[in-house]
Amino acid sequence: MTQEMSAKEFIARRIALELKDGDVVNMGIGLPTLVANYLPKDVYLTLHSENGFLGVGPVPDNVPPIGEPRIVNAGGNPCSILPHGSTFDISMSFALMRGGHLDACVLGGLQVAENGDLANWMVPGKNVPGMGGAMDLAVGAKQVIVAMEHTNNGEKKILKKCTLPLTVKSRVSVLVTEKALFRFYDGKMVLEEYAPGVSVDEIRAETEAAFTVSDNLKEMVISQVGM
Amino acid sequence: MKSKKLEIEQVASFLRDGMTIMYGGFMGNGTPPRLIKAILDSGVKDLTMIGDDTAFGEDLAARGPEGVGLLIRNKRVKKLVTGHIGLNKEAQRQMLAGEMEIELSPIGTLAERIRAGGSGLGGVLTPTGVGTSVADVKMDVTINGQKFDQKQTININGRDYLLELPLRADLAVLEAVVADKSGNLVYYGSMRNHNPLMALAADTVIVEAHQIFEVGYINPDHVMTPSILVDHIIYPI
Repeated sequence: MTQEMSAKEFIARRIALELKDGDVVNMGIGLPTLVANYLPKDVYLTLHSENGFLGVGPVPDNVPPIGEPRIVNAGGNPCSILPHGSTFDISMSFALMRGGHLDACVLGGLQVAENGDLANWMVPGKNVPGMGGAMDLAVGAKQVIVAMEHTNNGEKKILKKCTLPLTVKSRVSVLVTEKALFRFYDGKMVLEEYAPGVSVDEIRAETEAAFTVSDNLKEMVISQVGM
Repeated sequence: MKSKKLEIEQVASFLRDGMTIMYGGFMGNGTPPRLIKAILDSGVKDLTMIGDDTAFGEDLAARGPEGVGLLIRNKRVKKLVTGHIGLNKEAQRQMLAGEMEIELSPIGTLAERIRAGGSGLGGVLTPTGVGTSVADVKMDVTINGQKFDQKQTININGRDYLLELPLRADLAVLEAVVADKSGNLVYYGSMRNHNPLMALAADTVIVEAHQIFEVGYINPDHVMTPSILVDHIIYPI
């Protein structure tokens, strides 16, 4: 990891290599959105927008003013729909999510537990935005990829059991932080990759969850796009 | 054929205190602005509103429409059933202060409850929310004669599901880009969202249209909401 690169960029660059050409993917707001910037040139994804379309495209040159018909993404921000895309109602959109029709979703996280539980939608009494589509995505996508910084100002976030309200039980497939990549197999957490310069002991010290170390443990490789 | 045209000034005659209203839209995209304003102007209060989210708060007006937030900011909403209030500070404030009751629901669950309410179904079984606070909601429900005071988790063939009950409303306010005079509707891009589902699930359905055409203009294959579900149409200015 270069000195200048933020933890968020590093995580996004690693996740960019996790997605395969042709995958249909829903990316959450925030850190997950960055992933699209680092996709290798030969990887074309179809992006799903939970508010009702496939084929999320860039912001158009002329965005109609508020009040005129316009296309927005799930965050309410203007975007376009690519030629191979399609539009539908929310029932169809969430059928695609819940029904296992998305190859992957990339979600931010507040906490992840060793059995694959995820908490990412509220901090009681402080921030209660609502779960939106996160629970439906996490329960149904074939791969649930969580992008999360390893700790929060020294406070551990990868735990034996989540203390924040859950988004989903035991559905996380891959957890990528700026220090490590873990995969979950039948509710068991395995360390498979470490970031350059980070030791397994350091990862253990900053992780409350119990995990095993893969026999094929290796150093993390990240997307070099734009570097 | 009886005209479905409705003047915006006539909307008040459909409104009363304490009623339940579904509103189309996702982040205000597909929420009918003139109908929301007409609800505000009518003076009705203690409304139960059902819709995707609370759009953009007044402080974020440059980013997107305020949608149902106009009614929340003016204290007309007693209860809100919704999936997301994250970009509306006033909605969050009213919830945390106990001024407005908010039932937060996963959006997919909300949509299927609305669809069930309009489709003659007795409920929906969904894996979404199992093992989370969504499963802990207080709910009066009688199943096979037995009364329960909490949402029920039901295991079918080894997998847990939440039993979610149908939602209906007295009124649905929708936005379409194209309507014909009989009420056949076409939406545009991301603006369809909950609108076609809500058209099924309310006793009275009023649509605000950006363009109005004679019957026959819309190819039947392209109709997204059939006219029989639409009671009244607000024509464009």
